[in-house]
Amino acid sequence: MKGWRSARASLIWVALALAIGVPIALAAGSELIAWRGPVYILAGFAGIIGLGLVLVQPLLIGGYLPGLSTYRGRRAHHWIGGALALAVVIHVAGLWVTSPPDMIDALTYTSPTPFSPFGVTAMWAIFTVAVLAALRRRLRLRLRTWRIVHIPLAIVIVACSVAHCLLIEGTMETISKAALCAAVLAATVKVVADLRRKRALRGESA
Amino acid sequence: MTTVVLNRRSLLAAGGSTLATGLLATGVSGLLLPARADGLAPTETMSGGANNYRKGAAIVDRIGKGGFWMSGTVRRAGDGVPLAGQRIQIWAHTTEGQEHEPQSHGATLTDKDGKFRLEMPQIIPIFGQPHGHLAYDSGEFKTVFLRPVMRSAKETSLEAHFVLQSA
Repeated sequence: MKGWRSARASLIWVALALAIGVPIALAAGSELIAWRGPVYILAGFAGIIGLGLVLVQPLLIGGYLPGLSTYRGRRAHHWIGGALALAVVIHVAGLWVTSPPDMIDALTYTSPTPFSPFGVTAMWAIFTVAVLAALRRRLRLRLRTWRIVHIPLAIVIVACSVAHCLLIEGTMETISKAALCAAVLAATVKVVADLRRKRALRGESA
Repeated sequence: MTTVVLNRRSLLAAGGSTLATGLLATGVSGLLLPARADGLAPTETMSGGANNYRKGAAIVDRIGKGGFWMSGTVRRAGDGVPLAGQRIQIWAHTTEGQEHEPQSHGATLTDKDGKFRLEMPQIIPIFGQPHGHLAYDSGEFKTVFLRPVMRSAKETSLEAHFVLQSA
């Protein structure tokens, strides 16, 4: 019984490492990299790593990662949220340096590329959550109020990040990209469903 | 007495089919100017078309080492007459340089049939789409910037067509 539990624990961590590591490794092997400057390459990988962090977030807060207490999971969720905001800043700044007019089009929602508005919307949702999370204590937001704000924004972040990523033709390999996106969606659906069930069990009204 | 049944659903359906027919028959420019049944509608500048434009690229036989073909036509709005000797500027992110770099830019002239064709290095995806840029910016007609997207990054040619109106 104990052996099975530890095997299951390592399996979950290995699966997570593969879900994030394989797309990054395959992107690193993309032939497109040969024709890109270092800043553009950095910006691209900041985006890919950001998507990986979007997968980690629901897993941490849902307590699905073995070996982490609820407290530690929540602390890690907090810090990784900050890292995600930083990854987005590097992504956008790097793309701005690479081609300012294309980035201005994206930020003003006038870009011809269909994935840009999704990316920019996800960016604003990430920044909003990051700022509110940093100010949560000062604003004295109770857990319930915080969840009412954070959960819809988290759903926007996940849906828009996945749409943004899937529509891009870039360094990411198609199948590993789709698998990572599917994992992000599945983890988010599970954590939201679990939260609702827990609330129903406690007999709270929606 | 007949009653005209016009609810939101039938309106949407009718609008949708009109839209679809318009798109199929004349492309996006037809959609923007549906009333110009008398002649060929001018091409509108595409969003993002002018990005990383460098004014006055030199007329060249070929951009860089070549291997990829950019081609198209230039016609006059209204009667559709082919326009000869029109200068078309072309640039893209290629295997030999980024979009903003001078070596990624070049220009060519249309022949007597209003056609142009310029060899350039292979276009590769940049900013999430494999695309090229073309400009008509010579003054006689209204300036137009195009930004065609390749169906696949593996393609080795791309087309873009201009219908110009007097400046």
